Amino acid sequence: MELTPQSELILKKAEKLPVAKLTAVQYLIAAILVILGAGLWRLEVVSADNFRALAEANRIRKVPVLAPRGRLFDREGRLLVDNYPSVSCFILREQVKDLEADIPLISVGLHITPDQIHAVLRRYQAAPKYQPIPLKQDITPDEQAFIEAHRNELPELETLEEQRRLYPRDGFAAHLIGYVGEISEDDLNKEKYAFYQPGDVVGKSGVEATYDSLLRGVDGSRDVIVNSHGKEIGHLGQTLAQPGKDLKLTIDLDIQMAAEKAMEGKNGAVIAMDPHTGEILALVSRPTFDPNQFAVRLTKSYWNEILTNPDHPLLNKAIQAQLAPGSTFKIIMSYAGLEEGKAQTMHVPCNHGATFYGHYFSCDRNHGMVSIDTAIPYSCDTFYYTLADRLGIDTIARYATSVGLGQKTGVDLPDEASGTVPSTQWKMKNFHEKWYAGETISVGIGQGAVTATPIQLARALSGIASGGVLHRPHLVFPDEVPPDMEEAVHETFPGSGEKTIPLSPENWETITDAMYSVTSSPIGTAYAARLEGIDFAGKTGTADVVSGRDRSSKNKNTIPNAWFVGMTPRRNPDIVVAVLWEHGYWGNNSARLASGIINAFVEKQRKRENNVRIATTPAPAPAAPLTPNQPTAQAAPAPAVPKPTEATN
Amino acid sequence: MLRLSSYRDFDWVLLGFVLLLSVISVLEIKSATLHTKFHGFDHKQIGFLAVGLFLMFVMSAIDYHRLLDIVPWAYGISILSLIAVKLVGQKVLGARRWINLGGGVHFQPSEWVKLVLIVAVARYFWNLGNRELSWRDIGKAFALVCIPMMLVLMQPDMGTSLTYFPVLLCGLFLGGIRFKQAVILVLIAAVLGGIAWKSGKLLKPYQKARLTAFIDPDADPKGKGYQIRQSLIAVGSGGIWGKGANKGTQTQGDFLPIPYTDFIFAAFCEEHGFVGALGVLLIYFLILMRLIQNAQTAADLPGAYIIMGIVAVIVFQIAVNIGMVLGLMPVTGIPLPLMSYGGSSILFTFLALGIVMNVRMSRFVN
Repeated sequence: MELTPQSELILKKAEKLPVAKLTAVQYLIAAILVILGAGLWRLEVVSADNFRALAEANRIRKVPVLAPRGRLFDREGRLLVDNYPSVSCFILREQVKDLEADIPLISVGLHITPDQIHAVLRRYQAAPKYQPIPLKQDITPDEQAFIEAHRNELPELETLEEQRRLYPRDGFAAHLIGYVGEISEDDLNKEKYAFYQPGDVVGKSGVEATYDSLLRGVDGSRDVIVNSHGKEIGHLGQTLAQPGKDLKLTIDLDIQMAAEKAMEGKNGAVIAMDPHTGEILALVSRPTFDPNQFAVRLTKSYWNEILTNPDHPLLNKAIQAQLAPGSTFKIIMSYAGLEEGKAQTMHVPCNHGATFYGHYFSCDRNHGMVSIDTAIPYSCDTFYYTLADRLGIDTIARYATSVGLGQKTGVDLPDEASGTVPSTQWKMKNFHEKWYAGETISVGIGQGAVTATPIQLARALSGIASGGVLHRPHLVFPDEVPPDMEEAVHETFPGSGEKTIPLSPENWETITDAMYSVTSSPIGTAYAARLEGIDFAGKTGTADVVSGRDRSSKNKNTIPNAWFVGMTPRRNPDIVVAVLWEHGYWGNNSARLASGIINAFVEKQRKRENNVRIATTPAPAPAAPLTPNQPTAQAAPAPAVPKPTEATN
Repeated sequence: MLRLSSYRDFDWVLLGFVLLLSVISVLEIKSATLHTKFHGFDHKQIGFLAVGLFLMFVMSAIDYHRLLDIVPWAYGISILSLIAVKLVGQKVLGARRWINLGGGVHFQPSEWVKLVLIVAVARYFWNLGNRELSWRDIGKAFALVCIPMMLVLMQPDMGTSLTYFPVLLCGLFLGGIRFKQAVILVLIAAVLGGIAWKSGKLLKPYQKARLTAFIDPDADPKGKGYQIRQSLIAVGSGGIWGKGANKGTQTQGDFLPIPYTDFIFAAFCEEHGFVGALGVLLIYFLILMRLIQNAQTAADLPGAYIIMGIVAVIVFQIAVNIGMVLGLMPVTGIPLPLMSYGGSSILFTFLALGIVMNVRMSRFVN
C-alpha cells in the first residue's frame, strides 16, 4: 500500500532533530552579530571624530563672496568708474549626464552656437572635473530665467553673480583708469601678487593696476550646507567681504572732458597738471580702447582689432610715447642758456638758417636779428642752433636732466617710459662712439637723439613756470593712500616728492614772458590759438619724423608731430597742459587744442570765483545708460601692453 | 486545517520583535526620504507591512506539509517565471527583474523563488533521510539551487541570486555533509571562482568593481567607492548617540546613496548612533534565536529545515547588508530584512514568518 504524504510524515516524525547543529548555528549567528557590533564600535566610537570631520567637509562649502572693487571718482567726487552686478553661466561637468543631447537646448536658451559650446568644452578639457567651466559671462535676465526654468533638464548649468567694472563709454579716460582682467600666470609668481589666487581679477593697467591692492578689498565667504549634488540646502554663517576702497583721483572731469574733446579723431596725447602739486587734472591718449571689453571676457575679434591697430590703442602715449620734443625743447634750452649766462646777451642773425661745422641747418623763416625775447615766440631755429653750439651737449644734457627729462617722472601709472637725453657719456655708453659737435645743433631744437614723453614735458614746464619746483605727477591724492602703502608707492614710483631746480627770478620772467608772446603776439607761432582776456602762455613744437625731403602729403606717417606745452597764468601757473598730436603737422594746431582745454579751466575758475554754483557736467560714465559689452564665450589671452614705439625724429 | 485555538501557540513574542523593528524601519524611511522625491515612502511601507501581516496570518493557517507536497510544481513554475522575466520582464535601469501585472503592481519573481527554494531544499534533504550524503546527492542539491540562481544572476540581479546560496549551504549542513566533502567543495569553489572572475563572463565589470571597491573605497572616491565612502562617513559621524532623528547630515544632504533601501542601516546609524545600532542588532539576535528555538521544537525535520532555511536567508542578508554598510563587505544590493523599504522584501519576510508560525503551531499536532 502506498503511503499518503500525510502518513509518510507521521512515520518520519520520529526522526531525530539535529539539535547540536542548530545550537552551532546559534553560536554562528552570535559570532556574526558580534563581528558587526565590533565593526560599529570601530566606526562610531573609535573613529567617530575623524568621520565627523569628513561629514562636515562633505556638506559645507565655502562659497566665495567677491568684494566689490572700490569705485573711482574725480577730484570733485564725480563718479568715474562704477560696478554693476553681472551674472555668468557655468557648466558643472560633475552634473552632466548627456551634454551632447542638451547642447541644442542650451544653444537656444543662451544664444550661443553649439560650436561655441564645444570650443569652451575643448578649452577646459584638461581642467579637473569639479571645476566649473565658464560658459557665458554677463548673461541677460532672459537667459538667467531660462536657466532657472530648466533646472531639472539642465542640472549642469549654474549661475554666479559677480560685480563687474563699468567704465565710461567710448574709451573715455581709459588710459589713466586702466582695466581689469584675470591675473596672469606670470603675475602670480611675482612678489606683489603673493596673496592672489588664480582666477582673481586684478588691475591690468592704469590706476586699476597701480592701486589694485587698495581697490580690490578683501573677499569674504559664505559657509553653505550643500547636498551631494552641490545644491544649497542651508547656510551656516559668513565672513563679510570688505569692499575695496573708493578712490578720489586728481582728475578734474571737466578738464578731462575738454581734453577728450580736443583729441577726438586724432592720435596723440594730452596731459594737464597742477604745477604746484603735480596733481594730474587730465590725461588722454589716442587712439583709445574700451576697457569694458576687458571687464567681461575679451573677445578674440576685439583683441585682434587692438593688436593689429598700427596706432597701438593700448599704449598710454601720455607717459609711454618717446618722441622728439621739437621746438618745445627750446624752453629747456632757454632755461639752460639763461642760467649759464649765455642767452641774455645773444643776438643771432637768422637768414633761413645758418651753417655749423660745414653743414647748413635751416630755419623756416628769415627772422632777422633774434634775441631770447623773440627767439621763443618766433621759434627761431637759428638762434637755438647757435645757443646749443655755445652750451655744448653736456651742459644741455645737465639742464634737461635737471628738469626731469631722460628719466621717469614717477607718475603712479605702470610702465612709464624714460625718454632720452643725449650726452657724450650717453653716446659712448650706448654707441661706443664720441659725440660730434655737429650733433649738438639738432638737439638744440629738440631733434636728433633727444626724446621725451608728454608727461616729462609737462613736468619740465611746470618746474620752470612755477619758479623752480618740480613735483612728481600723480593721479591719487597722497592722503588717499594709507600709510602702510605709501612706502610701497614711493618705491614703485621713484622720483617722488619735490625737486628744486636753480632758476633766478629774472630768467623766470624772461622765459615766461617770451612764452606769453607765443600766444599773445602776432609774431608768436601760436597767435592763432590766443585766448582773449586769458593770461595764456606756451610753446609750440613741430617735430619732423622724417627729414623734410622725404615728407609726403600722401603718407600721413611722414607728417611732423605737432606739440604744444602751455599754461595759465604765465607766472606761477595753475595749470600746465602738454599736447602731442601725432602727425598734426604744425605746433600751432596742437596749441589750438590746448587753448580749448585752458579755456575750460579758466571758465571753471571764474565761475568758482564768482561763487556761481558749477553746474554739474553730465558725467560721461555713471549717469549715462551704459550698455555693457555683449559677452561671448570666446576668450582671449590676457592682454599685454605693447612695447612703446621707438622714437622717430 | 488548524483549529483556532492553535493561535495560543502563535509566536506573539517573535511577532512583537518583528513589529518593533518594522516601526523603527518606517520611522527611518520617513527620515531618509524627508528631503527627497521619495517623500511618503514611509506610508507605502506601512501599506506593505499591513499586506505582509495579512499574508503572514493566511500563511500560518496553511499546513506547511501542503507546501512540501506542492513544491515540485512551484519549483517548476518558478523556473518558468524567471525565464518569463527574461523574455517579457520590464526593463528598469538595465535589468529585467519585474513582471508588470498592471495597475502599478510589479511582481519580482526572484523573491518568491527564494521561498520556493527554501521549501524545495527542505523537502529534498528530508527525502534523503538520515543517510550520509553522496557526491551525487550534493550534485543534485547544487543543481536544485544553482539553476534559479543562474537565471536571476542573468537578469542581472546579483544581490537576490546570492541570497539563494545560504539556503543550499544550510541544507547541506543540516542534511549531513561530511567535513571532508565540505573542504573539497570549498577548494573547488575557490578554483572555479578564480576562473569565473578571470574569464569575465559571469560577472559584469561593474559588478566586479563593486565587489572590490570595499577593500579600498578611497581609490575611486567619486566612482564605485563613493557609496561605501559616504556610508562609512554616515555611520562613523553618528558617534555613540547619533545626530538625532531627521538630523543626519549625510542622510538628509543626499550624500548617502539610497538611504531608504540598501543603506538604511547607515542612515539609522548616523541618526541614532552606536547605541541605537546595537539595539537593532540585539532585536535581530532575539528574532533569530526565537526562530531557531521554533526549529528546535518543530514537530518534524522538514519543519525545522524550512525554518533554518529562512534563518539562513535572513542571517545572510543581515550579515551582507550591515557588513556592506560598515565597509566589511562588497556592495551587492541586498536589502536589510525588516528595515529596508520595499514590498518584495517585506512580503517575503512575512510569508516566511507565516510558515514559521505554522510550523510552531503544528508542533503538537499528531
